[in-house]
Amino acid sequence: MKDQLYNYLLMLGDNSMILGHRLSELCGHGPALETDIALTNISLDLFGQVRGFFRYAAEVKGGEATEDSIAFLRYDREHYNCILVEQANVDFAHVIARQFFFDVFQELQLKQLVESKDEEIAAIAVKSLKETKYHLRFSSEWMKRLGDGTEESHERLQAAVDTLYPFTGEFFHETPLEKEMKENGIGVDLELIKTAFDETVSQIFVEATIKMPESKQRMVKGKYGIHSEQLGFILSDFQYMQRAYPNMEW
Amino acid sequence: MVSAQIHIASKEILTALESVSDPEIPVLTVMDLGVVRRVEVVDGLVEVDLTPTYSGCPAMDTMAADITTALNKIGYEVKMKLVMSPAWTTDWISQEGRRKLEEYGVAAPMSEELDLQALMGGKRIVKCTHCQSVNTKMISQFGSTACKALFQCEDCLEPFDYFKCLK
Ligand SMILES: [Zn+2]
Repeated sequence: MKDQLYNYLLMLGDNSMILGHRLSELCGHGPALETDIALTNISLDLFGQVRGFFRYAAEVKGGEATEDSIAFLRYDREHYNCILVEQANVDFAHVIARQFFFDVFQELQLKQLVESKDEEIAAIAVKSLKETKYHLRFSSEWMKRLGDGTEESHERLQAAVDTLYPFTGEFFHETPLEKEMKENGIGVDLELIKTAFDETVSQIFVEATIKMPESKQRMVKGKYGIHSEQLGFILSDFQYMQRAYPNMEW
Repeated sequence: MVSAQIHIASKEILTALESVSDPEIPVLTVMDLGVVRRVEVVDGLVEVDLTPTYSGCPAMDTMAADITTALNKIGYEVKMKLVMSPAWTTDWISQEGRRKLEEYGVAAPMSEELDLQALMGGKRIVKCTHCQSVNTKMISQFGSTACKALFQCEDCLEPFDYFKCLK
């Protein structure tokens, strides 16, 4: 049970950590100062959530584990994030579409985790949910502005949605670990989340004049530790300092 | 409803805590901010429960270190614990804290409902900290830090920060 809980905490934290890193790459590169600051602030919130999950994971694991060792010293196969969040920034439309899909999912997931039988997870969820609501407001507003904006912004957002939407199916694929967590009252019911996710996404698509992509959901296995080629590049950047200078401190 | 007020028996400890400020909004002390949740002296050791404002707030580590230093200075060892529950809300900022914020040039958080109208509905209700006009508009939902939004006054044309409601 201890191992399962530990792995589940990694799964919860990894999405925020990898997406947080992707957003941090934009620091100083946002299309305008305000959006630059917004994206890096969202990144910071996501890393805050990661700290919550990994601090607890370290406690569960015991021994030498710390939130930092968990964040910086795992190999690619030991990461359980969904493939969506590791996708490259490409352009602002991709950044917003990726953020929007994640925010919709994450808000629904956190709402259920607030009721988790695990008190620590519930506490982290309460805290994170407040912040995620702000992120979702930001990303859905931008979905509408880009989709219902100029011809170019519309085309770019539609292209980003066409590329990224097929990755969202992975959110709702229930792994044996998630099934176990659901059954013992710690985890979430992904089927319920999917219904609400579909509703919100189609509603925002309508307002943003974005067409629902016809492409099928892709079968991906990020939650089993099998990733796209993107993750290796992210980790070599993300882990560089700890790998090059073991145990260094800020 | 969890109250913002906590009881600290020792005047000396309270004074020390009131000397520790938020590094990002230096006019606010950790007591004004409401992040110190429990203080107890057990055999000369001060146990302090601290709760983060935003979970990723980089100021938290600094505040924790500064609290320890301040209490060490008056001769206490400190045992600091980071508590996540109940989660911090802007309601825990004291009246004194709200006044200092406004004086400093940051508009204090409004109620959840008004906050939503200002941030999402484009309503002009946030008071400019320079000239008190409410003829203001949001420039960005995220300002210089995650907890603030950036506004501009259309009367005096100055920009200012608004401390967003977090509930
Ligand atoms: Zn003004």
